[in-house]
Amino acid sequence: MALASHQVPRTLFDKIWDAHVVAPETNATPAILYIDLQLVHEVTSPQAFAELRARGLRVRCPERIVATMDHSTPTLPPGPDGKRPYASAETAAQVAQLEANTKEFGIKLHDWNSKNRGIVHVMGPELGAVQPGMTIVCGDSHTSTHGAFGALAFGIGTTEVGHVLATQCLLQRKPKSMSITVTGRLNPGVTAKDLILHIIRKIGVNGGTGCVIEYRGSAIEALTMEERMTVCNMSIEAGARAGLIAADETTLSWLEGRAYMPRGADWDKAILRFREFKSDPGANFDHEVLVDAAEVRASITYGTHPGMVVPLDARVPPAANAQEQRALDYMKFEAGKSLVGTPIDVVFVGSCTNGRLSDLRAAASVLRGRKIAPNVRMLVVAGSEQVKRDAESEGLHRVFLEAGAEWREPGCSMCLGMNGDIGKPGQLVVSTSNRNFEGRQGPGVRTVLASPLVAAASAVAGAIADPAKYISEAA
Amino acid sequence: MNPLTHIHSRTVVLPFENIDTDRIIPGRFLTTTQRTGLGKALFTDWRYRSDGSPDPDFVLNKPEAKGCEILVAGRNFGCGSSREHAPWALTDYGFRAVFSSQIADIFRGNALKNGLLAAVLKEDDHAWLLGHPGTLLNVDVAGQTIALPDGHRLPFSLEPFAKHCLLVGIDELGFLLQHEAQIAAFESKREAV
Repeated sequence: MALASHQVPRTLFDKIWDAHVVAPETNATPAILYIDLQLVHEVTSPQAFAELRARGLRVRCPERIVATMDHSTPTLPPGPDGKRPYASAETAAQVAQLEANTKEFGIKLHDWNSKNRGIVHVMGPELGAVQPGMTIVCGDSHTSTHGAFGALAFGIGTTEVGHVLATQCLLQRKPKSMSITVTGRLNPGVTAKDLILHIIRKIGVNGGTGCVIEYRGSAIEALTMEERMTVCNMSIEAGARAGLIAADETTLSWLEGRAYMPRGADWDKAILRFREFKSDPGANFDHEVLVDAAEVRASITYGTHPGMVVPLDARVPPAANAQEQRALDYMKFEAGKSLVGTPIDVVFVGSCTNGRLSDLRAAASVLRGRKIAPNVRMLVVAGSEQVKRDAESEGLHRVFLEAGAEWREPGCSMCLGMNGDIGKPGQLVVSTSNRNFEGRQGPGVRTVLASPLVAAASAVAGAIADPAKYISEAA
Repeated sequence: MNPLTHIHSRTVVLPFENIDTDRIIPGRFLTTTQRTGLGKALFTDWRYRSDGSPDPDFVLNKPEAKGCEILVAGRNFGCGSSREHAPWALTDYGFRAVFSSQIADIFRGNALKNGLLAAVLKEDDHAWLLGHPGTLLNVDVAGQTIALPDGHRLPFSLEPFAKHCLLVGIDELGFLLQHEAQIAAFESKREAV
């Protein structure tokens, strides 16, 4: 593991990869890569369990699988009859299927009775199930979130979910590596969400395709764990296989004492290993990108993919091609005009991108003592039961409720609208989530992605708004 | 899976870049616990108007698209989510191949595991196909070529193991299961550290 034992300096990604190769790659076959942890949810797992059942296979390492339910789950509490208000019989059946599958195959499920249930990418780190140097997969593209802990974490399809359930391994060709170095420091009022939107705009929605990105540099080191998760989360929106940030003191102090973490002497031993997972000086990357943190401004998307990003105070750029014009037409936005002041219908604060405690605090800092505009509906959805409890103990839920927002049960909610939390055709949603694809939040719904600060400011203004004014007034 | 060796079909062209997996099949159709029957939801928000009637202007609803097994799509097809429902919807509809100049990583892997050839062409070959919808193609998976009606051949890239699985009609799980002893040895070696 130490540099001395290797002639060639290695990247963080190389080190994690090398430590998990069961059988090396050949011309004819991909590497067999060992997977330390699989996170499972109700949407992408039923067909994988069915495959195991059909082949008479067992789950090889149930202790390396953690399951929860988040996508199809209602965010309204049970009714007077005690029943959860599922949007459909199908969503209820999907959750019931996960309950049956995890029971049959002996997998720990964080279900409705768990104090830890939540969006899989919020819950996993909270439990400390995620460790530096691990390989982590989930049938969910935003698995890249866990790269914030110096783990190689990537999304897979349902067939591969089955492979990992049955063998704890995957067949993988080694992706290429990309270093994104962010120098300097983010300006006040500029968030991790603005940073990752800026990066996606810079390298493009396919700029990371085929690559594992390692984020480095002083601006990255200065980020909190929650901010690092926001950055790594949206690596997939640049097409990347995964995003990584080497573990440092920020990481270790965040992880120490969490439920799945080793304790006492085992912890002391573990952190020595965790610290080895960082890129060696002089390690070679296939691609290198430099970003100056000072250039990043509070931003918002104006199109139908997360690379169509514009600083809040700038004008929508002219469409570069027919495709971009289609996107502008769908969004009903005009090139040459600022989006600030555009009337909105819905605000969504939540998701695995921005549904953690710091995100709710940011939104509440704008809403405290204010009301959302009467024409706006605002949903605030904590990323997990833990986030919800923490927020309530600080009284954040009262801030949201008094402002006129809805305070919902944890889940993916409006990020992808599987559970019935969707907008109406034509509505404009300011969302702290990760995808502004056409129809993502309901047929015909228009989505702009932004930070929790911008989302909350827009809720108050009833139109897309710059939070600077609200923050300075509050300060 | 049935072996996939040759495809003889006209193309359907969706020239748009960055066709995401929500576009291929929206989230509201992911509530199923099956992998069959998703073809009806393929490109649903393009195929159907809000009243549920087919949009006659959408390419898949045109008579000449009937029976086509090859989709040629703009750059970065399949970006977004890891939902395998996207290739399930494409194969259930009847597609057997998707060609583009770039295909998102997770989608490509998912497609190949479901007998759907997802392959990348050279930029100019891709541009030619985008500009000539309805061209009758002969796809040779083993040779990794697409023959045009004039006999001209366009090469495409394909990962060798995925190609083997397509040609033989097997999936990867059997291969992984054969390595159980190696997996167990890897685990005990790590525990010993």
